[in-house]
Amino acid sequence: MDLGILVTIFDSALRLSIPLLAACLAGLWSERSGVVDIGLEGKMLVAAFAGAAGAYAFGSAWAGLLIGIIASVAIGLVHGFASISQRGNQIVSGVAINMLAAGLTAIVGNAWYGQGGRTPPLEGDQRFGSVLFGHSALVYVVLLAVPVTWFVLGHTRFGLRLRAVGENPAAVDTAGISVTRLRYTAVIIAGVLCGLAGAYLSVGQAAGFLPNMTAGRGFIALAALIFAKWRAWPALGACFLFGLLDASANQLQGLSLPGIGEVPVQAIQAMPYLMTVILLAGVIGKAIPPRASGVPYVKER
Amino acid sequence: MSAPLDLPRWADTVLVPAISVVAAFLVAGLVVLAIGENPLTATRWLLQGSLGTGEGLGFTLFYMTDFIFVGLAVAVAYHAGLFNIGGEGQATLAGLGIALVLNNLTFLPGFLLIPLGILGAAAFGALWAAIPGYLQAKRGSHIVITTIMFNWLASVLIVYLLVNVLREPQSMNPETRAFPDQSHIPFMHDVFAAFGIEIPASQLNLTLVLALAAAYFVWLLIYRSRLGYAIRVVGSNPSAAVYAGISPARIIIIAMVLSGALAGGLAVNELMGYQHRLLLEFTSGYGFVGIAVALMGRAHPVGIILASLLFGILYQGGAELAFEQPAITRDMVVVIGGIIILFAGALDGLFRRLVAHLFARQKLARA
Repeated sequence: MDLGILVTIFDSALRLSIPLLAACLAGLWSERSGVVDIGLEGKMLVAAFAGAAGAYAFGSAWAGLLIGIIASVAIGLVHGFASISQRGNQIVSGVAINMLAAGLTAIVGNAWYGQGGRTPPLEGDQRFGSVLFGHSALVYVVLLAVPVTWFVLGHTRFGLRLRAVGENPAAVDTAGISVTRLRYTAVIIAGVLCGLAGAYLSVGQAAGFLPNMTAGRGFIALAALIFAKWRAWPALGACFLFGLLDASANQLQGLSLPGIGEVPVQAIQAMPYLMTVILLAGVIGKAIPPRASGVPYVKER
Repeated sequence: MSAPLDLPRWADTVLVPAISVVAAFLVAGLVVLAIGENPLTATRWLLQGSLGTGEGLGFTLFYMTDFIFVGLAVAVAYHAGLFNIGGEGQATLAGLGIALVLNNLTFLPGFLLIPLGILGAAAFGALWAAIPGYLQAKRGSHIVITTIMFNWLASVLIVYLLVNVLREPQSMNPETRAFPDQSHIPFMHDVFAAFGIEIPASQLNLTLVLALAAAYFVWLLIYRSRLGYAIRVVGSNPSAAVYAGISPARIIIIAMVLSGALAGGLAVNELMGYQHRLLLEFTSGYGFVGIAVALMGRAHPVGIILASLLFGILYQGGAELAFEQPAITRDMVVVIGGIIILFAGALDGLFRRLVAHLFARQKLARA
């Protein structure tokens, strides 16, 4: 392997890890505040559709991004309403959102454009072009979200309160701070980040929306979140690792390794899931979620 | 928000789910309106296509069979306080079990091969659920995350096996060769024909009887057996279970094994009853429909059968509807499923409070 191939792999690993990273950070914000979010996939999908539809309608990638974010936040608020205000089961709500997103994007896409659920192909200003080193602005926005997340969560009063709400909401409530408001804020931030992830897929990476184009990325992001133990910089590492696996799966196809023989591409695809299961089993290290995540907060009367 | 939540039993088990389902259909109707179609005509096509003809009814009952199995699978785990969203993966593995048994024991007569195939499905489904169950019970890994990961592992594994190992040598399609004839579970129309009664031909096969038997078995297990009692105790209060001498870890694993075996029924109906070979993506997302079915049916076998019938109507009627009104594709059924999960599952409290509020008012009016 010469340097050229390595650069190619690195480059496509970065490309592939961006949507994972945005969704992973979304999950991080949400779960750090105590709201479990397995609806990352659904929010991404809705944002990908709304983003492409918006970019097509207004002829601008940025308008598409904005509309994608709005759609994703709206879905996030449904999840927030169910899990924060109504104290419903957060897993059930996440499953519902994933199903809703898969169905709605396909049916609305088909009704609007009549192309089997696809949006019309985007071209020119309707897509994010490259601004630096062949990558679009979105890539840098998402990368920038890592230090911002790290700083805000770890080094500001707001971040401290938000993390506290995910660990011990009663203590935060006792201090006179609204648990509900903090959790809604986190859910909205998660919506914005999922919006970035989705819009990146349909308006940045591809040229338009395809039915079910997220193809499980929301769940890989969830795996990366566990892998990163709910922290921002490790999230970057985990997502890049999974992106790298994805990128090398294409390069390694048909390649024979000494002693192992031909590596099936599925074995590489299975790695993120397998690694997460092994990590969760506590064989290597331990992944401990925020203590109050998944638990609705009931104010004592 | 502080309305009393003690509802009469019938209101809790029948009225609240009924109201949430009606609300779900109203929202679905709005979606249909939003894409410029008439929800009333759509409903008519839906019912006509699923119940209006003998053939349609057969297909409705075929889908219902699928949903009873996955619904029961979710319900059994749910009673143990576990959320098994791995039905897809468990059914996929069950399909693998079926293919391995049927295509390797082709010399056996049907009366042996069919039960063995069903056992193979149950065993492989159970195994794929037992691992997350074990990891939850012994290592504390969250069952929701592990079952999600196991769904993806199953789909990757089955692609690998069908493309590289199990594919029929001459075939371009990633699917196994056809199962031996004697292993096919008889179609209902053939069974009836044997008694001289003619019914329209459809995919409906005898697996429906197995599904109903499984529902009865689950009822016996959960509400009439020692083990079922232990499962429910662990589900409602694990620390109380420990005081009662029940090992939650053991019960968790057993509940997941049963749940995975039940999910295997989906593969029995789809593969042994209809497709007669193992192919990719035969589960078609039905594992997730099982969640809707179990939530709507309040995790009770009778409720699950009724909810499965409703989803059978939706799936079959939805296919006919997509044919008559192409703008309303079958994705509409997925949307309805999602809304039902949201309303009957996550927003359950909202509807419960609503009903409780109405009851409290009525009481006041009478007083």
